[in-house]
Amino acid sequence: MAQIFHRSANSIAKASILGGVILVVGLLWAALQLQRSPYFTYAGVARPQPVPFPHQHHVAGLGIDCRYCHTSVEVSGYAGVPPTKTCMNCHSQIWTAAPMLEPVRESYRSGRSLSWTRANDLPDFAYFDHSIHVNKGVGCNVCHGRVDKMNLMYNQASLQMEWCLNCHREPAKNLRPHYVKQDPKDPATMGDQIFNMAYEEPSTSHPVTIKEGDRYKTFTSQTGPEGLGTYLVKVNNVRSPRDITNCNTCHR
Amino acid sequence: MDNVQKTGIGDVCPSKKDKLELSEVRERLSEARGPQYWRTLDELAQTPEFAEMLHREFPKHASEWTDKSSRRDFMKIMGASMALAGLSACTKQPLEPIVPYVKQPNNQLLGKPLFYATAMPLGVYGTGLLVESHEGRPTKIEGNPQHPSSLGGTDVFNQASVLTMYDPDRSQVNTYLGETRSWPEVLSSLRGSIEAEKAKQGVGLRVLSGATSSPSFVAQMQQLLKTYPQVKWYQWEAVNRDNVYAGAELAFGQPLETTYDFSKAKVVLSLDADFLSSGFPGFHKYTREFSRRRRPELKEEMLRFYAVESAPTNTAAKADHRLHLKASEVEAFARALASALGVAQVGGEFKEDQKKFASALVKDLQANRGTALVLAGDAQTPATHALAHAINGALGAAGKTVSYSEPVDPFAATSKVEQLRQLTAEMNSGKVDMLVVLNTNPVYDAPADIDFLSALNKVGLRIHLGLYQDETAKYCHWHLSGTHYLEQWGDTRSFDGTVSFIQPLISPLYSGHSESELIEFLTNEDEATSYALTQRYWQSQHSGADFKSWWDRSLHDGFVAGSASPAKPVTASAKTALPAITAAASGLEIIFRRDATIFDGRFANNGWLQETPKPMNQVCWDNPVLMSVATAKRLNLKSEDEVELELNGRKVKAALWLTPGHPDDAITVTLGYGREKAGRVGSGIGFSAYKLRASNALWNAGGVRVRATGEHYGLASPQGHQMMEGRAIVRAATLEEFIKTPGFAHEMVEAPPPGLTMYQPYEYKEHKWGMAIDLNSCVGCKTCTVACQAENNIAVVGKDQVKRGRHMNWLRIDNYHEGSPENPNTYFQPVPCMQCENAPCEVVCPVTATVHSSEGLNDMVYNRCVGTRYCSNNCPYKVRRFNFLLFSDFDTPQLKFQRNPEVSVRSRGVMEKCTYCIQRITHARIDAEEENRKVRDGEVMTACQQACPAEAIVFGDLNDSGSRVSKLKASQRNYGLLEELNTRPRTTYLAAVRNPNPELES
Amino acid sequence: MEQAPETKASATLERLLPGQAPVLTPGHTLETITDKIVSIVLRRPVTLGWLGGFAFFFGLLNLMLFAMAYLFYRGVGIWGINIPVGWGFAIVNFVWWVGIGHAGTLISAILLLLKQGWRNSINRFAEAMTLFAVACAGVFPLIHTGRPWLAYWLFPYPNTMGVWPQFRSPLLWDVFAVSTYATISALFWFVGLIPDLATFRDTATNPVAKTIYGLLAMGWRGSARHWKRYESAYILLAGLATPLVLSVHTVVSFDFAISILPGWHTTVFPPYFVAGAIYSGFAMVLVLAIPIRRFYGVQDMMTLRHLDNAAKVMLGTGLIVAYGYTMEAFYAYYSGNAYELFMFKNRLLGPMAWSYWCLILFNILIPQVLWIRKVRLNPAMLFVTSLVILLGMWLERFVIVVTSLHRDFLPSSWGMYVATRWDYAVFAGTLGLFFSAMFLFVRLMPMITIFEMRLLLPQAKLSEEVAAHD
Repeated sequence: MAQIFHRSANSIAKASILGGVILVVGLLWAALQLQRSPYFTYAGVARPQPVPFPHQHHVAGLGIDCRYCHTSVEVSGYAGVPPTKTCMNCHSQIWTAAPMLEPVRESYRSGRSLSWTRANDLPDFAYFDHSIHVNKGVGCNVCHGRVDKMNLMYNQASLQMEWCLNCHREPAKNLRPHYVKQDPKDPATMGDQIFNMAYEEPSTSHPVTIKEGDRYKTFTSQTGPEGLGTYLVKVNNVRSPRDITNCNTCHR
Repeated sequence: MDNVQKTGIGDVCPSKKDKLELSEVRERLSEARGPQYWRTLDELAQTPEFAEMLHREFPKHASEWTDKSSRRDFMKIMGASMALAGLSACTKQPLEPIVPYVKQPNNQLLGKPLFYATAMPLGVYGTGLLVESHEGRPTKIEGNPQHPSSLGGTDVFNQASVLTMYDPDRSQVNTYLGETRSWPEVLSSLRGSIEAEKAKQGVGLRVLSGATSSPSFVAQMQQLLKTYPQVKWYQWEAVNRDNVYAGAELAFGQPLETTYDFSKAKVVLSLDADFLSSGFPGFHKYTREFSRRRRPELKEEMLRFYAVESAPTNTAAKADHRLHLKASEVEAFARALASALGVAQVGGEFKEDQKKFASALVKDLQANRGTALVLAGDAQTPATHALAHAINGALGAAGKTVSYSEPVDPFAATSKVEQLRQLTAEMNSGKVDMLVVLNTNPVYDAPADIDFLSALNKVGLRIHLGLYQDETAKYCHWHLSGTHYLEQWGDTRSFDGTVSFIQPLISPLYSGHSESELIEFLTNEDEATSYALTQRYWQSQHSGADFKSWWDRSLHDGFVAGSASPAKPVTASAKTALPAITAAASGLEIIFRRDATIFDGRFANNGWLQETPKPMNQVCWDNPVLMSVATAKRLNLKSEDEVELELNGRKVKAALWLTPGHPDDAITVTLGYGREKAGRVGSGIGFSAYKLRASNALWNAGGVRVRATGEHYGLASPQGHQMMEGRAIVRAATLEEFIKTPGFAHEMVEAPPPGLTMYQPYEYKEHKWGMAIDLNSCVGCKTCTVACQAENNIAVVGKDQVKRGRHMNWLRIDNYHEGSPENPNTYFQPVPCMQCENAPCEVVCPVTATVHSSEGLNDMVYNRCVGTRYCSNNCPYKVRRFNFLLFSDFDTPQLKFQRNPEVSVRSRGVMEKCTYCIQRITHARIDAEEENRKVRDGEVMTACQQACPAEAIVFGDLNDSGSRVSKLKASQRNYGLLEELNTRPRTTYLAAVRNPNPELES
Repeated sequence: MEQAPETKASATLERLLPGQAPVLTPGHTLETITDKIVSIVLRRPVTLGWLGGFAFFFGLLNLMLFAMAYLFYRGVGIWGINIPVGWGFAIVNFVWWVGIGHAGTLISAILLLLKQGWRNSINRFAEAMTLFAVACAGVFPLIHTGRPWLAYWLFPYPNTMGVWPQFRSPLLWDVFAVSTYATISALFWFVGLIPDLATFRDTATNPVAKTIYGLLAMGWRGSARHWKRYESAYILLAGLATPLVLSVHTVVSFDFAISILPGWHTTVFPPYFVAGAIYSGFAMVLVLAIPIRRFYGVQDMMTLRHLDNAAKVMLGTGLIVAYGYTMEAFYAYYSGNAYELFMFKNRLLGPMAWSYWCLILFNILIPQVLWIRKVRLNPAMLFVTSLVILLGMWLERFVIVVTSLHRDFLPSSWGMYVATRWDYAVFAGTLGLFFSAMFLFVRLMPMITIFEMRLLLPQAKLSEEVAAHD
């Protein structure tokens, strides 16, 4: 009697077995990638803002310290977004006519708040505290990226839990000293390094010297027994990874 | 995960699109004209549609498909599940706005709460408090440790009051015949009638207010009375202290305030006085001193407490010996006692069954002259009070354990009932053509024989100012929305006379106005604010140039230093003849008492208080008729039978609840239920006992008839079973036994040795948190339960869900009866999460949503929980609570403002439980680390610990041997609940020790 | 339909000693077997009876879908569960269904390895039963969670949270146990079907049917090579399936045994859960077999011998279960543990005592009638007994889950459990799922393995001997 299927069906059947496996695995893999992609994390995606505020210009250009606007970053969990008043401190003097700044002036006149869009937005069940991170020596740009190079603001990190844990499981990697030995030729060594966007971690080519009591201490590596991070973990009493990976560190 | 939310800093810099600026909300609400108008009409009409609508709004999920919140939730879920077929941990987040201030207030450090001192008036008496404020939103009431008359304690009403302030059912506009009027409109339209009254010296003007002790407000009254010589000012409180002052009148010829000093007392007799339950003047201080004197470590010095009680109270539950009498028999007992002590020849003999108790009592009292103390209950007859005074006098208590001073209520001279009666008479006689009702609700709570309503309707112009459009507002032309104490300036006095300042935490949420502002307008047609008025008064009072600094200091502390009323050296004149004894009521007696959680009905719309089980019978959301088992057997009734009560022709229907330790041939009903216009929470639940209450028998009456209707009336109680089944749950002993074998608690059960586990034991380098709860101190007042609810954003679930066994309280107080149902010993046991060392919950959670922390806590990670409920099944203490439905209200903006931004608001399908207030621990730890030090002992106080007036709960670091908790854990009374299971609970208990009189024990 | 073989069979049986009765009534040839089985699917018209039955159970299935939609919309609060009774019908049904599945695997795998020829006629639909039962069971672990849309967190996969599931939790073991079980059963069933599907392909006249069966037959030509591969694959899968019969329900029993709850925390659970599983499984086999052989007139292939054997298995496993109950009682007494003692007292006399006594009646007392040969050989009575046992086994899980939970350590937390209409709806729904699947199966697939039945013929015996020789 007549065959229903062509001979090729056999090989197709065989191929389909392998194909099926590949398809399933591929889909899962794709899904996991998608989930970590900027599509979900917004990483590197600038947000629409009422006023196109250029961090680049204010930080790099004018050299305004982070804390001028984000006033409570050292003392409160909430870094603080500047009230309109802060903008007007300068912009009542300069760029007073710039149409771009009209929303700011409008807000100041009417007393209605500006409504910015969050760039670094954690889920509401994650409780992040700026002050403790700053105090323990986590630099701004560790999480926020080179804000001084961002025109419109965006979050550079995925801000996903695994990303947080990366650091909490090995804090030494990202700690930096508040103050380093000042080198009059290098402005980067002036002031609190936490807020220094250009801070470079120690390496043999670029050693970092800090003051310990009345003498200086130089580091040529970040991690490892002789590393600066390791040293800072000790002197800043950073709690053990076991402690800072407790669920209650971030969730309540 | 996507729908576990918290109200964050976002609330002021909203991080959620559906969050609003306070101001915006206020705007919206004041703009709510059209809908408001109709709503009000509906309310007036009380149409079933309206009832139905309210029903739906109430988060009971009564009608399911129409529930807004869960519909939205549903969409979200579908979104979540379909968006990426079960892949990412969280769905894609929406873009969220940040809304900074335009000009940031100076003292405001975003993300850090501020604390302000204020005071909460309840009737006459005020309680000094601290209030936590997040970015301008009061979120949590705390005790004020510096306050001399509260010593840092709080009660259930204090804790829950913050919810009342945000109550979305509060009246949000001023109305004239149901139409909204702005405040200026109100004033301009009232001006005319005021002028008219001025002309007639106010002959037709009457004011009816609640009782108050506010010095500044009283001054305003006097000024009003000066301006209008003919005006009369009346006061009405349904739960009043008429008898107390009348008793003093009898004893001393003048009304006096009686205050007690338990710290000096050794033997205490209570004649039906429940000084250990919320709402009793001085509760906070008395409870603290009482429980300090009850420490068994005092050995022979430990206070002994005899209670003669009618309605079962948690006060008498703490007594070493109880005598259960009908309320009407207490006076007879007092007389007999007085003559037995030979203080007053008032006759009276002890009944046969009282003799044993009485003789032992008499001996004990006489043996402790100077340290003895006799209290009479607010609900007892004047004569009983007079006798108590006489006895105290004779026992040399006066000036030691008892002291007398000017009444805190400046209007104590005439009884509240009398005042209401006079007013009603005046209104009936048509003398009154303008009546101003301030924050009182006589249409609802007037005695049944005073027909206030019909009298009210005879008044030409009726103005009502209050928090709610309540029963009285319904029959007034004008309703002016009032202010909550957290929204206004003012002052009040505590039970000992100490003056406390009321300072607002927030400007009136619903643009209300305080009574002082209204009176000021009536008097001088001047629109001064409550702030100006209060300050003006104290300026006039304060002699000396340093007013500013004095004012600032007093505001900061919350009270005026040294303002307690001075003691009066008076002696009870036993000569004054007592009125003839009122014969003990014949037949079944009905006893009226204020409700343990909603007081006289003013808190009826407070979900937290409604859901708080009554301390003694653990029933919530209703006011059952309490009856003794024997009487019920005789009348052949059982719990949850619907019964009809009939007293002098007046009838009500209610549910019956059998109560161990209730006197026979009597029933107890509590006031405050059966509200018609309380709001979506409090309307139409329970029955109004006021319908039976007569002005000549406010607290008890004879000859009530109880008839079963044959219907079943279901009641909700989170604790169905109050027997210990012979298990060593609450461990107790007598003082003798304790002195003989201090470790008695350990001999009851054999605890397995430490380290008996397959898993690696944990080590705790930094902290090791623990809690000790002293069962001897706990008086079962439930304050901790409400405090926990406020601190941790715990949802209210409603009667139906409680009946299904789904109440959400993280910290419950179990009470167990032991012994005969006629006279059981009752023990209270607060049960939070035990934070076990070998926690059964941790190993069974498939997604590690509950995990052991490096400081010994069982972390509960809501956003990781998928809701298998295995942890709860495996928890021997059943302290875990599950969101079976969407219990949290994610819609009502006002309620969001109340929430603690430091705690996630749990959504549907998530397990939750006590975390030792991890948010407080974390904040303390961060502060400590930033100052490079360890967390100090006492720096972290859990909400329950802070609230407890009895100091029964102590939390701290077990690694610090010097900490209070470590010391308590070292006590020999310390034991772990169900320790035989080797769960190694971190919350442990100090066994209870009673101090019975050996004579009576045998 | 023809009654002859039935009567003939019983007649012959009367004369034979028990056990000797044939598993295939004499008179069949290779052709008749094939023809008979094939005709049921390919030539038999759709009867009203079938339509009616299918419609009914399909209705129930839709009821389940509705109930589940509402469940996802409102939350598990629509069920009767509460604190303390955190688990209710959902878990009861889960355990019950998984248990039922076991008989299928036992018959098809273990009896195959044990060369029990009589299994041949019932193993096919027994496997189908397993598959559908596991499907029903699989519904519950998902929907009983508070947030089913996140239930995939139970699987260990590299997630963005950087955390793994709790490998110490029995619920996680469940996930693996049940999913493995489902996979193996499905494979085993399908592999078994291949030769018969080929037969269908070849005998079907309808081109659509031909194509579909052709696809499913995966090019089976019945060549010696095919048969050789087939045999080894089949035996291999049987080997894989065999341990599962024991392991799956053991793991399920750990859900309870691992906890500290009196009434759950018992070492006897694994064995008596497995026994119970097979007990209920065989009951379900009979509940299916008896009507099928009646309506499709295959009494000559599913003879009284089969019923008799199944009944004996039930008798045996039933006694093991009875032993389990006794042991529970004994532990409670012998442990001297107050909580254990109370738990047992509460089962006997507590507010839910009715469930325990019904359980004893249905699972222990009534099944004793199976000692009587007449009952074992009477389809009607067997059918009723099987239904009783199924109900009893469901009650057993109810007693274990609910009555243990509702009164545990602290009297203050004691509660009650009352199932809501939604509990019943979901349960009825799974019955709908199960039986509508069964209805489709008997109409679309060879419910009896053609080639294995042929092996039972004397001719086959011969060829086997030949095979044995070389």
